[in-house]
Formats: sequence, C-alpha cells, structure tokens
Amino acid sequence: MPLLSVADLHTHFRTPRGILRAVDGVSLTIEKGESVGLVGESGCGKSTLGKTVLRLVDPTSGRVTFDGEDVVRLSRDALGPYRRRAQMIFQDPFSSLNPRHTIERILTAPLSVHGIGDRNERRRRVRAMIERVGLPLSSLSRYPHEFSGGQRQRVGIARALILGPDLVICDEPVSALDLSIQAQILNLLVEMKRDFNLSYLFISHDLSVIRYFADRVLVMYLGRVVESAAGADLWAKPLHPYTRALIQAIPDPTRRRQAAPIGGDIASPEDIPRGCRFHPRCPIATSICAEREPALETHAPGHQAACHHAGKLSRPPEA
Amino acid sequence: MTAPLLDVSNLTIRFPTGTPVADLGFAVGEGETVAVVGESGSGKSLTALAIMRLLPRTARTTSGGIRFQGRDLLALPEPEMRRVRGRKIAMIFQEPMTSLNPVLTIGKQIAEVLRLHEGLSSEAARKRSIQLLDLVRVADPHLRVDDFPHRLSGGMRQRAMIAMAVACGPKLLIADEPTTALDVTIQAQVLDLLDRLRRELGMALVLITHDLGIVGQWADRVVVMYAGRGAEEADATRLLDDPLHPYTRGLLAASPRLDARLHYTAGPLREIPGSIASALGEPGCPFVPRCPMALPTCRTKPPPLEEIRPGRLIACPPTLALERADAAAVGR
Amino acid sequence: MTTAIEIAPQPEVSGRALRAFLRNPAAMLASGFLVFVTAVAFAAPLIYPEDPLSMVARPFLWPGQNPQFPLGSDSLGRDVAAGLVWGSRISLIIGIAAMALGVSIGVVIGATAGYFGGRIDDGLVRLVEIFQTTPSFLMLIVLVAIAEPRVESITVGIALVTWPTIARLVRAEFRSLREKDFVTAARGLGYGHLRIIFIEILPNALPPIIVTSSVIVASAILMESALSFMGLGDPNRISWGSMIGANRETLRTTWYLTAVPGVAIVLTVLALNMIGDALNDALNPRLSAER
Repeated sequence: MPLLSVADLHTHFRTPRGILRAVDGVSLTIEKGESVGLVGESGCGKSTLGKTVLRLVDPTSGRVTFDGEDVVRLSRDALGPYRRRAQMIFQDPFSSLNPRHTIERILTAPLSVHGIGDRNERRRRVRAMIERVGLPLSSLSRYPHEFSGGQRQRVGIARALILGPDLVICDEPVSALDLSIQAQILNLLVEMKRDFNLSYLFISHDLSVIRYFADRVLVMYLGRVVESAAGADLWAKPLHPYTRALIQAIPDPTRRRQAAPIGGDIASPEDIPRGCRFHPRCPIATSICAEREPALETHAPGHQAACHHAGKLSRPPEA
Repeated sequence: MTAPLLDVSNLTIRFPTGTPVADLGFAVGEGETVAVVGESGSGKSLTALAIMRLLPRTARTTSGGIRFQGRDLLALPEPEMRRVRGRKIAMIFQEPMTSLNPVLTIGKQIAEVLRLHEGLSSEAARKRSIQLLDLVRVADPHLRVDDFPHRLSGGMRQRAMIAMAVACGPKLLIADEPTTALDVTIQAQVLDLLDRLRRELGMALVLITHDLGIVGQWADRVVVMYAGRGAEEADATRLLDDPLHPYTRGLLAASPRLDARLHYTAGPLREIPGSIASALGEPGCPFVPRCPMALPTCRTKPPPLEEIRPGRLIACPPTLALERADAAAVGR
Repeated sequence: MTTAIEIAPQPEVSGRALRAFLRNPAAMLASGFLVFVTAVAFAAPLIYPEDPLSMVARPFLWPGQNPQFPLGSDSLGRDVAAGLVWGSRISLIIGIAAMALGVSIGVVIGATAGYFGGRIDDGLVRLVEIFQTTPSFLMLIVLVAIAEPRVESITVGIALVTWPTIARLVRAEFRSLREKDFVTAARGLGYGHLRIIFIEILPNALPPIIVTSSVIVASAILMESALSFMGLGDPNRISWGSMIGANRETLRTTWYLTAVPGVAIVLTVLALNMIGDALNDALNPRLSAER
C-alpha cells in the first residue's frame, strides 16, 4: 500500500473572471521512502496540488488517502494526527518564518500545540533538531531576519521535521536561494530523508534539481499530469512533447545559440484550451488534439503520458 | 586592436556602509555578448546601474572609469548622460511588472521613449511602437499596443520592456537578470529574442545572470564576480569546460545539471561551504573563508585579475602558480 | 554537517524602531510633554487636595493677579489652575480608556473578519459600514444623552464611534498577512485559529495599530472636550472641555478662562499626533531608510 495516494483530485477556485481550475484531475501515488518530483511551470497547479494534499486548501472533488485513511473526509478538527505526519517546506524562507518570533519559539510551538513532551523534553528536541540542520544552538534566541536565506531555510526544514512526519512536501525549497547555497540545502534534505526515513513530494520548476532529487517524476501542465516516469526513463526518452520542450529549454552550453524549443505562452488556468491542454503550443499537434483530451496512458512499464501522439515521439531529444 | 565599445576599469562603488564593488574591470566589444555572473551580493546589478549612472544617491563611484565609445561616462554632465541613456545604452530589468508603469498602455510607454529621444510625432511614434512590438515577436501588435501591462503575461511584458529598450537602436543593451522571473520555456524564448536583436540591430549585450547554463548557451565572454570583485574572466565555453578559479569550480560542481549523472542515491552534491556574507570585512581575497585552497598569503591583500593566457584572467595567485607550473612542465 | 555557519549580528527590528523614535526631536519633545501631563494628572490630589469645583477665590481673578491662584479664577471663584490639573485626569482617563476599549473591539472584529473572510467578513464589513456611515459625533451625542452623562458612559460612547477605524485597519492587515507562508505553515502544523490570530498574525499587525491608537487617544480627548463644552460631560467632574463650556459667555471679557484649558487641549492633542507621526516613521523601516 502506498503511503499517499491521490485519486482524480480537483481543486477549483471561483474568481471574478470565472472558475480557475488549478488542479484538474490529478492522480498520483507516493510509496514509503520514495522521492517523487513534480515539475511544471508557473500556473500549472503544482503548488496548489501540494497544499491540497496537506488540506491547506480544500479540494473540489477527489480522494487523498494517507496510510489508508481518506484525508479529504476528515473534519478540520480531526486533522491533528495527519498534520503530525505530513509537513511542508516552503519556497520563500523570508515569508515562511514569523518575523516576530524567535527560532526557539518557532520550533517549540508545534510540540506544545500537539502536546508532545514536557518542557524539558521539548527543549531537548528543539536543541537536537537545530543542531541536526546545521545551525548553532545560539541561533535559538535569534529572530529570522538575523539569518541569511540558506540559514532560514534550515530553520524551515527543522520546523517541518520537528513533529517527526513521514511525508514532507517540499515546495520549491531551493528556488529562492543562491546557487552556492542550493547544494547545501539539497544535501541536507537528502540526509534528512535517510535519517528520518522520509517520503518527499518535491515540487520544482527546475528540471535539473528534480533530476538530482527524484526517484520518479511527474510533469504537470495546466492542472494535469501529462507525463509520469522513473527519473532515468524521463530524461532518456520523454514521451510528451511538453516534457521534451522543458528539457530542451534548460539553458545548456552544448546548444550554443539554438532557437527556443517552443513558442507561445502558457494559457491561463481560468481559460484552459479545449482538447489537449497543450495543443496550441504543441509542435506536433493534429486535428484530434484540438478535439479530444488525451488520457494518461501507459506506454512502457512505469511510464505514462497523456498525448495522442506519444508513441510517435520515440526519438530521444538532441540534448 | 580597436578600442572596445564599453571599457570598465578599476570600478569601485562605495556606500556609507561598505564597498559592494571594488576594482572591477572588463570590456565589451561591438556586437559582443558579455555575461556578468554572480550570486546575490556579488555586486553585479550595482555594476549595471553604475554604467547607466543610476546608482542610489548615497552611492559613490570613488575611482576608476567607465568609457563608452571613448567617452568617460563618469565625467559626463547629467543632461548629456540623459541623452546617452535610452538612446545609446539601454537597460532591462528582472521584474517587468514593476518596471512598467501600470496606468499607461504599452504603446504609450514605448511612444514616450521615441518622442523623447527621436522627437517623433505621436502618430509616428504609435506606428513605430507597433513595428517594435512586431520586432520583439508580440502577436497581434496592433491590438497589444493598447493593452495595459497587467493584461499581459510575464513573457509579453518582458518583450514590451525589450521593445522600449531597443526603440532608439542602442549600441549597448544591459539586461539585468532578464529571465529570472520567467518560466523556463518562456526564458528560452526571451533569450533567443535578445540574441536575435543583438545580431539584427548590431548591439552589444551585457547579460547579468546567476545561471551558468545561460552563460554557456548565449554569451561570448563571461566575467565571474564574487563579493564585488572580478574572480575570473574567460570565453564562455572555455569557462564551463575548464573553470579555474576555486569559486567558479565550486559553483559548477555544486549545480545539479541535466547532463551530469548526479542523483541523490549516488552521493551528495559538492558544496561550497558557508555563504557570501563571510566576505564582509575580509582584508584579502573575499573568497578565502570558503576556499579549499586558500594560503596564508591570500589573506593579506585582494588578488588582482591576472592574465594567465590570452583572453583568460583569474584573480587567484595559488591557481595561477599551479597553472604556470603546469604550462612550464608541458613546455619542457 | 561540516558547513561553517556564521550569523551576521544585526540590530533587532524593535530596537531599531526604538532608536529611530529616540532620534526624532519632535517625538522626544511631545513625549516629554505627555509625561509631564500624566505626572500632573497623577499628582492632582497632592497638588490641589481640595475639590476643584469648590469656590475658593474672588471671581474673575486674572492670571498673576493673586499668586495663590496663578491662573486666576472663574465667574464662580473656582481656581483655574486646580481645574486644569484635575481636568487633565478626565481627559487622559477618557482618552486612554476609550482608546483601549475601541481598539479591543476593533481588533477582535477586524481580526475575525480579515482572518476568516467569506460570509463572516461580509457580515462584519456591513456592521462596520453602518457605524462609519452614521455621523459619529451625532451618534456620540445620542448615546451619551440616552445614558446618563458619566465618565463610564462617555468612554463607552467614544469607543463605540472609534472602533470601526481600527477594525478596518486590522482587517486589511490580516487579509494580507493571512496569505503569508508563515501563516500557511502554522495551519499546516495544526495550530488553532485563536493561536494563529493572536500569536502568529497580531504581533505583525501591531505597528499600524499602535500608530493609529495614539491618534485615537487624541481624537477621544477632543470628543470628550466637545461633549463637555456642550454640557454633556459628567457634571460631577471638571474637565478641560467643561471649563471652556462654562466660561464661553464671558469669552470677550475674561478670555483667559477659555484660552487656558483650550491651550491645554491643543498641546496635548498636538503632542499625541506628533508621537503618532514619529511612531509611524520609526515602525515603517522603508520610510525611515529613505531619509
């Protein structure tokens, strides 16, 4: 049984301009100890998906099953045990820590809210955790603004892990950091995964980070998963034209001054194109693509894609 | 060798609180793309603002020179500088939403530049605005010209900014992290566009970025900055194939890339320990606190950029010594 | 972990704000004045142990005429200086109590509306609008006239007409703060609503509330004075407003009887507004950085 399974999840928002279909029929599973990468561009719904899984946003329909229990049906008050087991690490280390609280307070509060340990036990756990994420004990009495971005992200990681979760959703955890700091944080996340036996849903727009971090990769476009495969398969043989475009769009010294792989803008999730969502930008679209939305179908063992022409794209990209 | 289009030499920018750029020098030839790479705090954006003479009031360029087409920009009186800005040197920024005026249509904003610098009538300026939007590959330019910035996507806004920047056919375009706020497929389009405009309009391009991939794909030459100083200067492809400065080497090793066979199950990424904040107050080389090969002599004074072979400069005496020893060994 | 971490020492936010405030000479002058007024108010029973409403002197003594009554006496022979000293108590008590009550109501309603949003927000915004579209001073007069004009009822009345300002402000702050990641994180950690509202969000919304509160104290003092001037003040307590009101008939001949308490009101209100401005500058780092 997978740790987390999401089935046909929809999260829609009402906006003045109509219904915004941020997540529009997503299914996925995460096994215990697995690191699943979720890649996509802004507006594809990857963040909303992460927040819906954690019930920070309520889904419109669909099921989220965690360790055999349907989380969507739980009332807000009954979510407590789930909150202890599923946590989130945020992108912006500047806005994700309360500027008016010391690090000690930020890390102790989750324990006291969940009634874990007495004062001394909490103190011990907080001290162990802050050292575990590579910060000195003296940081406990300081405020978030006294730290650099990378150091704050360490605090964010400590806060997510202090309750001892099984699943951690990392929402672009290194995107706001400088390159020389990104590796430090990625390595820390890997160490944490090993030490605490974590499962990750790793959300990022950066394929190269996903490549390093994920066992399995989901590619999202406008609220849907368009391709899903083990990392190695995806890089070697992407089936969906969007995945190919994403891979080729990564700036790469071996493609000196090559033209952009695809044109056009991402459509608004308030106005999703009919048929295949990607067809207006797709280099291989045909008439069927404008009419019928392709389903996510298995094309090779463990490799699914939602494209009418997926079979025809067997040639690996030039990269 | 003819004089370069832009020649920055010994540039030092001081604030009351510190010296974010020190002793920086690089040159940009006609039609060339030079990338300035560094992380936040490296002083790369301040350098761009200094070239435009748009530094905040409290800043002072205390020494050095910025020569553009043979003229010293730092000595130019403000009214003349205003004629250089926009007409000869243009600049685009990272966040196209905040650099466009939200209450004016795209067309009005482009036309304003044309009326100011070229003295076009409003009708001619509008016609030219539509042509410019077409040039930067905005679909339906005659419709978009009347749109307000918030109606456009991020990529379209950046195109509109580029249209404004190239409106007067500048000789030099400074692009400060032009694609950092954009999605990867849109980023590819915008970089492609900038490079095409560079060729078609015969501009030189100064590309300020933190992304070494962009450098490798689009730049001719690259200046790596660390904590306000030049660390390494080289041909872009050379730099990526064979980085010399310990900082550049560390950066390349630390960045997960698609072609590299790096996976978390196979081992950790190489890290550069610490952060750029450690350069503060360092009397010697700013990279010393994070450097794996620092010698005691590195701590005494900041190393200058020295030529190791034609077109290749590094500011790292230990590396320099090693390379020279190697070269001598090969020569023997 | 082998990573060397140094933490750059930086001044703390509140420390920086305090220093900015202390460097502002206008703010220091205004604070000094208010400290003086407060001290006088506290010490009133020591300075003038007698009831300030009792007739102790010859009527219409001009200031300086009799050193025993340095600010003169009014038409009933009451000591103006004693009135001024005792009046400061009423002004400050009502100003501060009304502010505290109004801010409390405003914070609770504004925070509830801004944090929960949706229908709760719609309903509470309607309520705020009802209060804000009614002319506030007229409402205050009606409220005080219905109840007996006493210090308590005046305080409650002023609080009832000032809370909507705070409620709107707090609601706006909460609406933007609730979208911040640290609030999302708090929800994700299973914190209850009360904890999120009062411990996570409210401390971040405090700076504008503090600034507005100082201005509200000033306007509460003005409202109390206006009420007393119109004879709707507490008849058993002397206040600056009632001193002006009682002596308005003799304004042409013995103008000092209205001028003295008038100046006291003006200076106090001015000081409070100056402090509000200075707090605004001190608590808004972007603004003070540009100076």
